[in-house]
Amino acid sequence: MADRNRFFRNVLIKAAILFLAVNAVFAAVDFLPALGRISIYNRLIPGRMRLPYGEHPESDYNLSLFNLEAMFAAHEVAARPEPGGFRVVLVGDSSTWGFLLRPEETLAARINVESNGALRVYNLGYPTMSATKDLLMLKYAMRYEPDLVIWLLTLESLPQGKQLASPILQHNAGEVRSLIARYGLASDPEDPRLLEPTVWDRTLVGERRELADLIRLQMYGFLWAATGVDHSIPAEFDPPQRDLDAKTDFYGREGPAFAEGDLAFDVLAAGRELAGGVPLWIVNEPVYVSDGANSDIRYNFFYPRWAYDDYRSLLAGWCSRNQIRLFDYWDLIPPEEFSNSAIHRTPVGEAMLADRLLAAFIKEKDER
Amino acid sequence: MTFTNIIVLAVVSLAAGAVPRARRWILCAASLLAVYFLQPALPVRYLDFWLPTASIGIAAAVWALTAAKPDPAGRRFSAEDGKAALLLALVVLAAAATRYLDASFLTPSRPPDIGWAGLGLAVSLGAAFLLRRASPGRRILGAAILVILALLVVLKTDELARTAAALLRRGSGQDPALAAAADIRWLGFSYIAFRLIHALRDRMTGRLPDCTLSEFLTYAVFFPAVTAGPIDRVERFLKDLRSDSVRLSDSFFPGGERVVAGIFKKFVLADGLAIIALNAANAAQATGAAWMWLLLYAYAFRIYFDFSGYTDIALGLGRWAGISLPENFRRPYLQPNLTAFWNSWHITLAQWFRSYFFNPLTRALRSSPRNISMGAIILIGQLATMGLIGLWHGVSWNFLIWGLWHGAGLFIHNRWSEWSRTWMPRLERRPAWKKAYTAASTLATFQFVVLGWVWFALPNVGASAQVFLRLFGIPG
Repeated sequence: MADRNRFFRNVLIKAAILFLAVNAVFAAVDFLPALGRISIYNRLIPGRMRLPYGEHPESDYNLSLFNLEAMFAAHEVAARPEPGGFRVVLVGDSSTWGFLLRPEETLAARINVESNGALRVYNLGYPTMSATKDLLMLKYAMRYEPDLVIWLLTLESLPQGKQLASPILQHNAGEVRSLIARYGLASDPEDPRLLEPTVWDRTLVGERRELADLIRLQMYGFLWAATGVDHSIPAEFDPPQRDLDAKTDFYGREGPAFAEGDLAFDVLAAGRELAGGVPLWIVNEPVYVSDGANSDIRYNFFYPRWAYDDYRSLLAGWCSRNQIRLFDYWDLIPPEEFSNSAIHRTPVGEAMLADRLLAAFIKEKDER
Repeated sequence: MTFTNIIVLAVVSLAAGAVPRARRWILCAASLLAVYFLQPALPVRYLDFWLPTASIGIAAAVWALTAAKPDPAGRRFSAEDGKAALLLALVVLAAAATRYLDASFLTPSRPPDIGWAGLGLAVSLGAAFLLRRASPGRRILGAAILVILALLVVLKTDELARTAAALLRRGSGQDPALAAAADIRWLGFSYIAFRLIHALRDRMTGRLPDCTLSEFLTYAVFFPAVTAGPIDRVERFLKDLRSDSVRLSDSFFPGGERVVAGIFKKFVLADGLAIIALNAANAAQATGAAWMWLLLYAYAFRIYFDFSGYTDIALGLGRWAGISLPENFRRPYLQPNLTAFWNSWHITLAQWFRSYFFNPLTRALRSSPRNISMGAIILIGQLATMGLIGLWHGVSWNFLIWGLWHGAGLFIHNRWSEWSRTWMPRLERRPAWKKAYTAASTLATFQFVVLGWVWFALPNVGASAQVFLRLFGIPG
């Protein structure tokens, strides 16, 4: 018994020393990106058709995490590309990601089907509305050498004050600061919303949640592969708000026009620079146009008419000055083809937008 | 049990093991307090106080029914029993008194007024006192078993539990329309009930050893085993409880080994596998037979790691406290036949049913004036026993079918053993063939058990039948 106790005591001491050492090494070196690249997706199981995001992991078979390496490693874009394919990446908000849509109903999936294999479109949209968030996704997307970038935008992604409101930006403060510095963005690199991990946060114990999320992402991969489900869609949801409040301000600003610097065109410019020689298309995404109460002063829940009209005019001017193709599809989709908000589309609405984009692509190809 | 629960209980176990002189009283007090501490919160007002109190009250009443005959001086209560009754009263009142603290740390929600708690306590102790004085006979003991079984049936039958919940809601001034079976989640009662029935039945047959009130309460609601077993026997438990040779230095590392293994099994393996384990939702969504098998295997290993993890934790905590609880699992998925599987899966439950149901039933059938063949006796015995084990998990068709599935499997194995007796010795002489036979039978047993989980994991027969079809590539 004395020998056994000595053995266990030695095990305890060694385990304690190892535990402290591993924690110290974790605090000194950020292993999370490297660990994030280790993935069963695209190897054992198919990659996801959209980036990991899930509000109810147990029914979505998906979860939200902040490790961008892991998110992209889990996506089909990280699979070895087929030779000769024309690769298109879509970046944008939850409407591009396909909120309340099955993976095969999203814009990217629709274009893939309708192009009969001529295009290979990857859905790199991610819920939350911020152009800087789109820029961060674009930075990662460029690793996969796309032939065309399509950036789906709406005004709600552009207010300067909203740029750092997305949790994925706040948990990737280093990446965001690097973008701000490299492209001279207007956002404050010292913004308190950007979370700077402490030494404790970087230890093995401090990063246990992030590590557990990496494992959970792999485990949910099996359910994704087994079921093709990556987002649980409720049987019923409220339609977009039709009767609107009589408010005319947009984030505190009253019309009739935005002031210079209100909107994050600096982020769009950074996106153009980041895309380099790869063509960049900007799509002003369709919005719900209400005909209910106060629809004479507002288009929908998000936008007073003056703000949205001015935004469209500013966007058109900016794209023209910067020689960027703009597709302004703001009123393409009828009100009944929006699901639960002024930007989320039904499968039919998604197909309408896919048709239009595919037609634009074919036209562009013919012109060339 | 949450991780925090386990840490708290570990500290208590270590404290009990470290102070041998006070060990018995520490274990008794801790076990009584743990019934409140571990009880999950319930939506019916004060029920999460009254159910633990009922567990303690029923255990005390069963002690009163089963305790030893009066001593030569005619005394029915020893001084130690008086102290135990005082301790019981203090625990119940202390749990109720947390109502007056800002944060209730002992009970899951705010307990009732201490006056009501005192009244409940007086009723419990008064009943125990009267039962102790009455020297009950076999009929009363039998009636007590029926009352406990009736409570179990109500808890395990969704419709009855919902009706009971509606009555309780009405009694507490809440809307009975919102009643649900889950309103009455009575912590550990399935296990407490079987310990109490064991005591009552052994008293009827004269096999129950004498024990004091504190010893019996500790046995009935022993805190490491109260949530998920194992189901110990009184005589074995008392041997450890009364032992004077408990030394924490001897048990610290072996106990720790089990606790750490249990935590790893439960919180890493089982909780990880739970993500992809078969359930009603993913069963309906899975797109191919191979994926369905993956979900099913995940379920099989998840349930094993979850349950055996809890058992490891219970055994480790018990070991620290000087109680060597019986093993509940011995590599069940590596057994070469179904009989061996049931000797290594939930061992104490299977033994309980063997002792108190299967053996008496087969004895009765053998001595029946009708000349029933041995094969028929075994078939009836296995199907009835396993059917009841299934229903113990919940009164539903699926649990019943799961039990019958195993009952039929055990019968088939029994007949196979009879039939193979003639040629098995020849196989024994050829080690390579024997090895291959054992490997094949182990795999077949495992597959049989895994397929059985389809009934256990899903909520209705239709869903299970569909999964069965789809596992073999037949569209459901």
